[in-house]
Amino acid sequence: MHRITEMARSKLGAQEMRPNTSYRLRVSVLARAQRCAAKMAALMRFGKLCRIKIRVIGQSSSFKGSPTCLLRRTFSIYGRLSQQTFDSPSDKPQFPGASAEFVDQLEFIQPNVISGIPVYRVMDRKGQIINPSEDPKLSKETVLKFYQKMTLLNTMDRILYESQRQGRISFYMTNYGEEGTHVGSAAALEPSDLVFGQYREAGVLMYRGFPLDLFMAQCYANADDLGKGRQMPVHYGSKELNFVTISSPLATQIPQAAGAAYAMKTLNSNRAVICYFGEGAASEGDAHAGFNFSATLECPIIFFCRNNGYAISTPTNEQYRGDGIAARGPGYGMMSIRVDGNDVFAVYNATREARRRAVAENQPFLIEAMTYRIGHHSTSDDSSAYRSVDEVNYWDKQDHPISRLRHYMTARGWWAEDEERSWRKQSRQLVMEAFEKAERRLKPRPEWLFTDVYDENPTGLQKQQEALQRHLEQYKEHYPLDLYDK
Amino acid sequence: MAAAARLVLRTASGAKVLRAGLGWLGAPIRVPHAAAHFTFHPDPVPTRHGPTQKMNLFQSITSALDNTLSSDPTAVIFGEDVAFGGVFRCTVGLRDKYGKDRVFNTPLCEQGIVGFGIGVAVAGATAIAEIQFADYIFPAFDQIVNEAAKYRYRSGNMFDCGNLTIRAPWGCVGHGSLYHSQSPEAFFAHCPGIKVVIPRSPVQAKGLLLSCIADKNPCIFFEPKILYRAAVEQVPTEPYLIPLSQAEVLQEGSDVTLVAWGTQVHVMKEVAAMAQEKLGVSCEVIDLQTILPWDTETVCKEECFLNLEAPIARVCGYDTPFPHIFEPFYIPDKWKCFDAVKRMINY
Repeated sequence: MHRITEMARSKLGAQEMRPNTSYRLRVSVLARAQRCAAKMAALMRFGKLCRIKIRVIGQSSSFKGSPTCLLRRTFSIYGRLSQQTFDSPSDKPQFPGASAEFVDQLEFIQPNVISGIPVYRVMDRKGQIINPSEDPKLSKETVLKFYQKMTLLNTMDRILYESQRQGRISFYMTNYGEEGTHVGSAAALEPSDLVFGQYREAGVLMYRGFPLDLFMAQCYANADDLGKGRQMPVHYGSKELNFVTISSPLATQIPQAAGAAYAMKTLNSNRAVICYFGEGAASEGDAHAGFNFSATLECPIIFFCRNNGYAISTPTNEQYRGDGIAARGPGYGMMSIRVDGNDVFAVYNATREARRRAVAENQPFLIEAMTYRIGHHSTSDDSSAYRSVDEVNYWDKQDHPISRLRHYMTARGWWAEDEERSWRKQSRQLVMEAFEKAERRLKPRPEWLFTDVYDENPTGLQKQQEALQRHLEQYKEHYPLDLYDK
Repeated sequence: MAAAARLVLRTASGAKVLRAGLGWLGAPIRVPHAAAHFTFHPDPVPTRHGPTQKMNLFQSITSALDNTLSSDPTAVIFGEDVAFGGVFRCTVGLRDKYGKDRVFNTPLCEQGIVGFGIGVAVAGATAIAEIQFADYIFPAFDQIVNEAAKYRYRSGNMFDCGNLTIRAPWGCVGHGSLYHSQSPEAFFAHCPGIKVVIPRSPVQAKGLLLSCIADKNPCIFFEPKILYRAAVEQVPTEPYLIPLSQAEVLQEGSDVTLVAWGTQVHVMKEVAAMAQEKLGVSCEVIDLQTILPWDTETVCKEECFLNLEAPIARVCGYDTPFPHIFEPFYIPDKWKCFDAVKRMINY
């Protein structure tokens, strides 16, 4: 503690401190994790004593693997000698709730929705790089993987949507038009990062390697489903791939994601959390709760909003009046950006940088990915009831993440008509194989209706299970037992 | 809230001061709600769990939380105002002892507190979330019922939030009115996947809270606020567990069974004594403790329908919001319970 104050004092004291001027210095602390925090707090108190405002704006740690769990944390400190002391409140407001200057003209702040937060992009609509320094210059292998995952998802969507129409599965939701948001963000994360989704993020799971068999198993609710057949289709989950099981209530995952990120911070796990949701779900109270908690509790989390223009039939101008979701971020004290969600490289760049800083600085990031929901909300929806076919066609033909990436690839000679044809055939074949296998598979055994309510079945539930067994013995011809595993 | 409570008590006894300053108003009308509707009966000193110390209910809670933070490095406690010690002093001293990363305030948002708590639990840490009053648990109802309760089932046991415990002050307190008196356990009583627990005393509270924290399912622990200071017992300082879903027969009896939980257990003990003395009726007193999943074995259910000699009587508050000035008439006090026993015997 004394060493730090001496170090800081000598660095600061060496220059003549002038008021309202910034000073930047680096202080390095080598200590156990908890002690680092304590030392930092001590430094902040020292700053207060000298009437210097100290803010941590960067942090890096190393020596993770050291046997005694020592960490080196380097803090960049922005110091600013504040003019006023607390006992002379004449000029500056002293309210604990906000720090700002006084103003003597009555003027309301006009929300700016005409020229709001700009949209970051790397490629134009034809897949050409606009600013070469922003090109992530990913390897051919990676870019091909992006393309293949997006198109495989698209193919699976077509087949499963059709299978619902034929009565083979009960329900389905497609991801048409939003494949870029899934793959670009998933590629920017570490495999150990925890994903909380809403319901239109199947591409994230696909990118991480969730097999087609298991997608199908969940949709068919057959005996191979990891979720044991308990949920409607598209409610995927995978412990192995760190993808928390989807639930139908909207936005409930947002404060949960903040909590998980907090736990990861305290466990010093160097993992981030990403939380996906749509612009409609962002209206829920849970969204406000999650944003506020993540900022006040300093959580390493990325909030990824897929703004696709519609929440079922509700267009964005009936969902919000402000400048989208990104404009809300600063209200919570959160770093925010708006990106072109149909530009897979823009999504990748933004997510990658957000992830790096979220973990390094323990603060939340908000990414609003602008995109368009080309498909219907679900198989229970017919969107021609509330939007024109022309509008949908524009996005499908003129601004689609898959075609923009294909232009990028063909321009580099990495992809051409032959590859396209053979990949289309191959991906369709893969999906059909998984589809037919899932169709033939039995449903899970009925006993699984009763398990996992609690970690262990309570007595009352066991009695109910026995009652069902007795009932089925007597009335078995009225139940489709042949479809179910024994 | 605790500050407000202290003020009320002082006013009742220090009315002289009030009159002196406001003498022009005339003599104050004193409403008789200062006296409690029950007498707390402490249990015998436990001998099985090591050395004990005199503690009231909130201190026994602090002791349980202290034991937990000490033995479980992942445990965190959070909610509104828990950092300075909590409005009922349940978390006093814990932030200083364990640090600001483990005992911290959250913004004022119950749905956020529970949602956040679920996430902490899912990520593998022990989450102890405080809701400031059970009356304010409703914004979190969706997170509790639709999310926490169903996490394990809907994920095929891949994910769960068993590490979550939600604590909230509960029940009538003499002057709490609509929004500081509620007993909302019935709303959660039919929600499979969570556990709901209500202790009657400091010794029970510490053991049951530690069991909730250890339990691998999300638990709601309601703490009878009227007992926070009024209930004093010798409580073991070391951690110990009292099993969940096991009702306790406090008193054997042969004629009538009285089932209660929380504060009402003490009312029923008195009713049992009154019934014996005035009616010669022998009452069995059972503390249910765990509301969900509840101990049907001990209490008896449809299988004993043919053995009952009178219909089951429920004595509880009326189907109105919890009133302020009418509390003495609202609560199921010992006279109402005694009368129910009398009518049952004469059925």
